Amino acid sequence: MAAEDLPSEFDVVILGTGLAESVVAAAFSRVGQRVLHVDRRSYYAANWASFTFNGLLTWIQENQEGSHPEEAQDWSSLVEEGEELIRLSNSDSTSISNVQVFTYTSEEDEEEEEAPNTTEEETGGAEGDAVKEASETESADSKEEETEEKQEETAEGGGGGEEEQAPSTEGEEPEADQPAPSAAQSQSEPAKKKKISYTKLVKEGRRFNIDLVSKLMYSRGSLVDLLIKSNVSRYAEFKNVTRILTYRNGQVEQVPCSRADVFASRQLSVVEKRKLMRFLTSCVEETEEQRAYNGRPYLEFLRDQQLGDNLQHFLLHSIAMVTEDTPTEEGLASTRNFLRCLGRYGNTPFLFPVYGLGEIPQCFCRMCAVFGGIYCLRHSVTCLLVDKESNRCKAVIDSRGQRITCSHFVMEDSYVGVDRKKVDTPTRFLSRAVLITDSSVLPSDSDQQVSLVTVPPIAAGRPAVRMVELCSSSMTCMPGTYLVHLTCQSVGSAHEDLSPVVNSMFRTPESPDQETRPSVLWCLYFNMADSSGLEVQGHDLPSNVYVCSGPDAALGHDHAVKQAEFIFQKILPEEDFCPPAPNPEDIIYDGDNPSPTATEGEAEEGEGETKEEKEVQEQEEVQEEQSLHPEE
Amino acid sequence: MHGRVKIKSTAQQEEEKRKEREKKLKIYVAARDACFSKRKEGIFDDEALQLTQQLLSSNPDFATLWNYRREILMHLETVKDEDEVQKIYEAELSFLESCLKVNPKSYGSWHHRCWVSARLPRPDWARELSLCDRCLSLDDRNFHCWDYRRMVVKVSGVPVDQELSFTDRLIGSNFSNYSSWHYRSTLLPLLHPESPEPPSPRREPPQTSPPPSPQTHSHRVCEEQLLKEYELVQNAFFTDPNDQSAWFYYRWLLGRAEREEMISCVYVSRDEERVAVAFSRPVNAQSVGLLLVLDGQPQRVEWRSVHPRFKHSPVWICDLPPGTIGDITNEHNLTVHWTEKHTHRDCALYTGRAESWCRDSATDQELFRSELSVEKTSVLQSELQSCNQLLELEPLNKWCLLTIILLMRALDPLGYEKETLAHFQTLREVDSMRSAYYSDLCSKFMIENTILKMEYAEVRVFSISDKNLTTLCHLDQLLLVTHINLSSNQLQRLPPQFAMLQCLEVLEADDNIIESLEGVYHLPKLEELLLKNNSIL
Repeated sequence: MAAEDLPSEFDVVILGTGLAESVVAAAFSRVGQRVLHVDRRSYYAANWASFTFNGLLTWIQENQEGSHPEEAQDWSSLVEEGEELIRLSNSDSTSISNVQVFTYTSEEDEEEEEAPNTTEEETGGAEGDAVKEASETESADSKEEETEEKQEETAEGGGGGEEEQAPSTEGEEPEADQPAPSAAQSQSEPAKKKKISYTKLVKEGRRFNIDLVSKLMYSRGSLVDLLIKSNVSRYAEFKNVTRILTYRNGQVEQVPCSRADVFASRQLSVVEKRKLMRFLTSCVEETEEQRAYNGRPYLEFLRDQQLGDNLQHFLLHSIAMVTEDTPTEEGLASTRNFLRCLGRYGNTPFLFPVYGLGEIPQCFCRMCAVFGGIYCLRHSVTCLLVDKESNRCKAVIDSRGQRITCSHFVMEDSYVGVDRKKVDTPTRFLSRAVLITDSSVLPSDSDQQVSLVTVPPIAAGRPAVRMVELCSSSMTCMPGTYLVHLTCQSVGSAHEDLSPVVNSMFRTPESPDQETRPSVLWCLYFNMADSSGLEVQGHDLPSNVYVCSGPDAALGHDHAVKQAEFIFQKILPEEDFCPPAPNPEDIIYDGDNPSPTATEGEAEEGEGETKEEKEVQEQEEVQEEQSLHPEE
Repeated sequence: MHGRVKIKSTAQQEEEKRKEREKKLKIYVAARDACFSKRKEGIFDDEALQLTQQLLSSNPDFATLWNYRREILMHLETVKDEDEVQKIYEAELSFLESCLKVNPKSYGSWHHRCWVSARLPRPDWARELSLCDRCLSLDDRNFHCWDYRRMVVKVSGVPVDQELSFTDRLIGSNFSNYSSWHYRSTLLPLLHPESPEPPSPRREPPQTSPPPSPQTHSHRVCEEQLLKEYELVQNAFFTDPNDQSAWFYYRWLLGRAEREEMISCVYVSRDEERVAVAFSRPVNAQSVGLLLVLDGQPQRVEWRSVHPRFKHSPVWICDLPPGTIGDITNEHNLTVHWTEKHTHRDCALYTGRAESWCRDSATDQELFRSELSVEKTSVLQSELQSCNQLLELEPLNKWCLLTIILLMRALDPLGYEKETLAHFQTLREVDSMRSAYYSDLCSKFMIENTILKMEYAEVRVFSISDKNLTTLCHLDQLLLVTHINLSSNQLQRLPPQFAMLQCLEVLEADDNIIESLEGVYHLPKLEELLLKNNSIL
């Protein structure tokens, strides 16, 4: 960014480019407010971001290095009389923890016969991490750019040791703690399918768009409604989730949820088909019979419907996506929501944005920029200047020491100092795993399926895991691979929570006998704080400062969208929230077109837009890779 | 510094749009006039081609312009060489695609595409098929596209099995599509014909003669395939029992053998010197080549239908020349030939007998195959079981109820009579809009059952009182009946068809709501008529 100063006055300054913040930015800009939107990171979307493979490696590295708190500078010269200075937290050290990476594919192409590596790195989260592993180890050499070059073994916490001793077979890469080169072994078994090497993954890294949070868009959910209403949808493309799968009795099965699915299903008998369809049609409306089960588990209600085990499983775990003790009214509400979203865009209730979820916050930022919002990445706000008398934030000081006046200030929760946050409940965490695999968990006629896989708890007390498998046509992974996201509410660390599921559904060095399963080439585990319990206001902060929480555990985006709308309406109760944006040809740009005639005007409007966008781009330069896709 | 965004006001936008529209209209009208005058002058040049293209791309339903375009193209065919013609027509096809995007149901565009495809020197049928697939995936009931596709399939000789898997695909994505089910019913008899001997290997040379048209073939399907189809269609109606396409297809599968065309009965009466002939279906006896031979002598007789209103009728009568059979001491042999169908029926009138008849000993199998049958009883039985299973889950589903009734009739009409009546009662309640239809259908089945009972008892008395009859049918089966009791029903009329009861002597029809008696005026032997408590005006 050019070192020129920013304007010194804005209506709203927004810190952080997560989904809620970006929606807020678009909403304000759209109704004519002057918006400054900044993020201290070098990329958009904070914990909602999507990365290329290489981008993710950098992200991993950053999160393993830990934070380097910048020295607090003395801005007292900028403080005016009657003002008080509040320092914002200058590092996001708590939201990501327990980062562990495993590379299960050979580093180079297989002909080279090099001893393949299994690399694991692990970094404990910073203090305050509720699920910190007992046996944390530090990665040596963590400043090395190429993490895969490390040949370091760390003992796993949580009794994973035995599994790791499992001898590798069939030319599978040996465990890192058995570094004996297995040339003989690999020769004994002819390579069935040439595995994609790590080098190849890095080389094709730009084809990946790996989401930090894994969510789907309910096709009648609040995000889709907002995208349509605001015309922000024009900035993105979407794909249908093509099927819902579930993991049951060690098998991956397709869940019949639409009429066509039920008709085509081979695993249901005709009577089950009828019962399922009847249940789905009948539960749309609330009945006396249903009310009688209020407060009792949904499972009980389902049992009493005489549906049989198959249907009960599908309805509970895959359609309602609730647990066995969820109350009936909640289970039914969630079932209804699923059904309401069905058939709008396809055979499942879900959409996924092409190029990954990180696109969505960026689309809102773009809308904000088109309406005059100013963007700066790698740029932060360090202090708030508060008028003591009114307890309102009058101005902020940015990371370059500029005083910027504003009427309202919105920020991501991680910028709020721990001492000022009012937290009612202990912070919850999400456990996440990202796998790159070589085939689908349920191969079918088409190899381009986007699947949601519901995995019920594998044992009592274990979390239910949600898995999303993306194919290469979703533009999130390179051809020949699948990108698999696993998410659950943390019980232990991400690795503890998710690796049993990974090992039972995929072939890894720890589960080498799963020959028919997809092989994991590379995987990443980490925990992310779920701050969705945080209130927008009510912290030890000025009254015109609003806090946005990060991603929540839910599958949809309702929480962030509602939060954004809440903040907007709090500040501008009279204004419409994200009204439809006009068509580009109806926008008149000020400035360099003196006297437009009808036709000339049109042409220049076109130019006007490119100019506007150029400015956005300039601000974005640093993160070109994330936002500029070959198509654009 | 950024400028604030200004947005054109609605009035501004409206004004712009209005101007735009005016401009467009001006251009359109000018182009149209130019086209018309060019056509008048008989000019078939590239400019005309372009003008029509410009107009048709905004309004593809302008039939005159398509005609003009075809005239131009035909002219170009005469002056260009084949490669050029190929190019012109290829361009035409891609132009048509843009028209179809404007209106996917434009008669003009689809018709023109047919025409172009037929004239294209080197047609690319695979491409046409994929165009159809694309259109049908957007709207699987676009009948224009279905029509066009049928043409493409026929001309390009797509193998039947490939077409069958095409219907598999369409039904898989949406089974509420009768076009696909129906297409299936035309393909299956070709692919899996019902025949005792294994299907003979194709003797036809590989240079694909177009597939035999379904019409020339038997409509039946071999049993093995039928069982698979039952399974498929059951999946559909168990998934959505309210969808009628699956039920209609199911009815077709359960099938019905067409009754053999034949003379079902010949009746001769000595006193009246009259012959009555009943056919298995309504015919026009005056034109089917009906020949009456009496004692070896062909007779010149005039056939007339039982009621002057009928040109087609299952029962025809003729008077023999006076005196030919009047003498009760003579024995006569009659033969009625249906020359058109190469069939005939004999009837002997013995000495001392006043009348005589000859007909098949009727059984339920032959008389009424109701709507279904021909399949093995075991198959029907298991189908009935599945339907009953569905009825348990959906006790008020009309399609299921109706299908069960039909299956029961095919299996054992008398044995299931009680259940049938109960199901009809439910049907009238759950589908009250069609209660009259159900009453008529129920009447029909009750009459069939009564005829069966009468046949088993070998009597000429037909009694069906107090059965809520709303209509009369199968009257041709009652040619020989002498005594009929229809009292205490809900009949509104004795229709003209009633005249088929040529032997009727006693007619009891008390306690109905009869208004019209058209049928009773043509009954030659009627002696006693009871019509108390009716609504005769």
